[in-house]
Amino acid sequence: MSTDTATPPAEQPDAAENPPPRPGFTQLFGRYLIEANSVMVTVYSLLLAFLIGAVLLIVSDENVRSTYTYFFARPQDALTSSWILVRDSYLALFEGAILNLNTLERFQAGTAEFGDLLRPISETLLNATPLIFTGLAVGLAFRAGLFNIGAQGQLIFGMLGALAVGFSLNLPAVVHLPLAIVAGALAGAAFGAIPGVLKATTGAHEVISSIMLNNIAFFFLVWAIGTGFFHSETKSELVTKPVDESATLPTLLGWLGAGLRVNLALIVGLAAAVFTWWLLSRSTFGFRIRAVGFNAHASATAGMHVGRTYASTMAFAGGLAGLAGAALSLGVGSSGVTTNTALEYGFDGITVALLGRARPGGIVAAALLFGALKAGALSAQPDVPVDISTLLQAIIVLFIAAPALVKAILHLRTPRGGMVTLEAKGW
Amino acid sequence: MAVKPYKLALVGLSAVGLAAVAACGEAPSDSGDDNADASFLACMVTDSGGVDDKSFNESSWNGMLAAEEENDDIKVDFKESSSETDYDPNLQSSVDDGCNFIVGVGGLMTENVNAIATANPDVSFATVDGFSEVENVYSIQFDTAQSAFLAGYVAAAQTQTGTVATWGGLQIPPVTIFMDGFARGIAKHNEDKGTDVQLLGWDVEAQEGTFINGFESATDGKSQSDTFIEQGADIIFPVAGPAGIGALTAAAEDDAVTAIWVDTDGYESTDYGSEIITSAEKGLANAVKDSVLAAYDAAQGGDAVTGSYIGTLENGGVSLAPFHDFEDDVSDETKAEIDALTQQIIDGTLVVESPASPTAG
Repeated sequence: MSTDTATPPAEQPDAAENPPPRPGFTQLFGRYLIEANSVMVTVYSLLLAFLIGAVLLIVSDENVRSTYTYFFARPQDALTSSWILVRDSYLALFEGAILNLNTLERFQAGTAEFGDLLRPISETLLNATPLIFTGLAVGLAFRAGLFNIGAQGQLIFGMLGALAVGFSLNLPAVVHLPLAIVAGALAGAAFGAIPGVLKATTGAHEVISSIMLNNIAFFFLVWAIGTGFFHSETKSELVTKPVDESATLPTLLGWLGAGLRVNLALIVGLAAAVFTWWLLSRSTFGFRIRAVGFNAHASATAGMHVGRTYASTMAFAGGLAGLAGAALSLGVGSSGVTTNTALEYGFDGITVALLGRARPGGIVAAALLFGALKAGALSAQPDVPVDISTLLQAIIVLFIAAPALVKAILHLRTPRGGMVTLEAKGW
Repeated sequence: MAVKPYKLALVGLSAVGLAAVAACGEAPSDSGDDNADASFLACMVTDSGGVDDKSFNESSWNGMLAAEEENDDIKVDFKESSSETDYDPNLQSSVDDGCNFIVGVGGLMTENVNAIATANPDVSFATVDGFSEVENVYSIQFDTAQSAFLAGYVAAAQTQTGTVATWGGLQIPPVTIFMDGFARGIAKHNEDKGTDVQLLGWDVEAQEGTFINGFESATDGKSQSDTFIEQGADIIFPVAGPAGIGALTAAAEDDAVTAIWVDTDGYESTDYGSEIITSAEKGLANAVKDSVLAAYDAAQGGDAVTGSYIGTLENGGVSLAPFHDFEDDVSDETKAEIDALTQQIIDGTLVVESPASPTAG
């Protein structure tokens, strides 16, 4: 943390005459480490989040807290128990998200299948899948200078769209599944286009309209599940009919073990990320999105249809969120959809997009991290409070959104290109 | 190098923090964990809402804790689900953790419990508010229409305005069964005593009524209750767990209005005892506790627990709570009639019908 280790050689204007020695790799790397560049801010944000998480774990554990009441009488109690608690908690998260060491032991002893070893990874990927889509939905709109808070509502409509096709048509799987996925994307796109069109035609701010549309979508869901069309024929609870076998997303690793639930939606998600990358950086449409996001007035002067770009970007973002809904409703299997199925994936998409810096590759990485935190927290309870995953996510994003804070806490240097902050247009 | 102010602040802060928590107490001698070396591990998987939801998850967990208290050889644990997609991983990891008995709370989880119970025939399971035909799954259900029936009868006897009201959280069987029983209790009073008490918020024939679409928002509960009070209702029966508190705050603001509580004895479990005439109780904690002890007994013989349980007035699984502050307000005549009705329901001469009634195994 000390910043006084390596003083960089001052830039000399007459360097040609007297060239300074080129800094070696280690020196460059060391300098990189103490600089507030985007990579290191992300790394330090993660480290700080886990550090704060550790403190909160200690404070929230009654047994460990009680050892602090006699800290001066026997300090080793408090220190050891704190260390053990933090170590075991993070180990439990790791075991639930990546590799369970108990299962590994059982596997080596021959009492567990290879598939059992993959279960934590499978859960991580399964949890990450909807986040990839909603992260892209928020990130794409972000690039056009739009703040899409409506991913939750778009996801809900995508869920219902995919579900409606999923149980009402009788088709072979080859046609049925893609059709159901497309239906989800279209339903999400239609709902996502609303705030875009409103902004383009009336100037209504997309933050306000998309937040409100989330509520409309949720209560529409509650109502829709109760209707005869959606409601389960066998259960009286508020739950929908299950999708047909032919529209269910096939598992990717099911042949290795029954508990491996990660499904085809992950592949669709990665494809969507690649496509979004291509769209943004290689297509004319993507150029328009970025131009409008960079400076709407200049784009308008240059002859671009700013309103049309807003509307189509929001529709596109809605389609991506709709795919998240399709991944949920076509992936839950026989149990059907309830008012709870959507969880908060749409809102989590905002944090994923922030952490991924609105770039497709970053969003996939962020989604994987959050998916791992969720899977880890779910399996680590009740020894570790299940809310720890949400808490860590929140702290990480807090730091990511405020790089100056990380810089100040750790006394990092300002990188040569200046601080990296997310473009705050449209907020 | 001068000490930087922020470092000073950090040191100061940690010193204050340390002093705050670090009293100079005596180090305790070794204190053992509760039932640390118990041989029987009973686990509970919650429905969405969490283990401290002041509602059925919490009641079930209290039952688990009571079982742990009663038998030193039992240790209990729980896993929380935030949606139905968490059911499978939570049930699976409970099996992986070596749980001997796994309770799934909530009717929606029944299918998931059935699937995992079939795959693990040596482990005992239970499902709360759901019926299962799988051998090693113990079904815990409640015929709460019976206790709600008595509550409805009391409401019809106590109303001054001739109008009472009910509203629910969501239109799901564990909720509507209360509303059915309540409506039938009022109808019974109208029929026997020639009164014409109206019920707002639930039409038992059409199975339609008023729901606030959730169990969380006491604000929504209050505004719904206020609406009913404006329409003349003077007794409110909220069937919505924590959101029902809204009805109690509405009743507290209006001297003429009182409430009837659900699930637990509201006189004990809420801060509004003086507003509550009585409660339609559902003995979740006791039933869960009994199921854990039954599973323990079965495990001692090397078996998985079997059977099912339906809480009724007869076995005390459901009941009408004491009148507490309203002991003097409720006439002796009404009390006698309630006793008689209770007996008729126990004898089977009076059947409280509800489409949501548990199906017997």
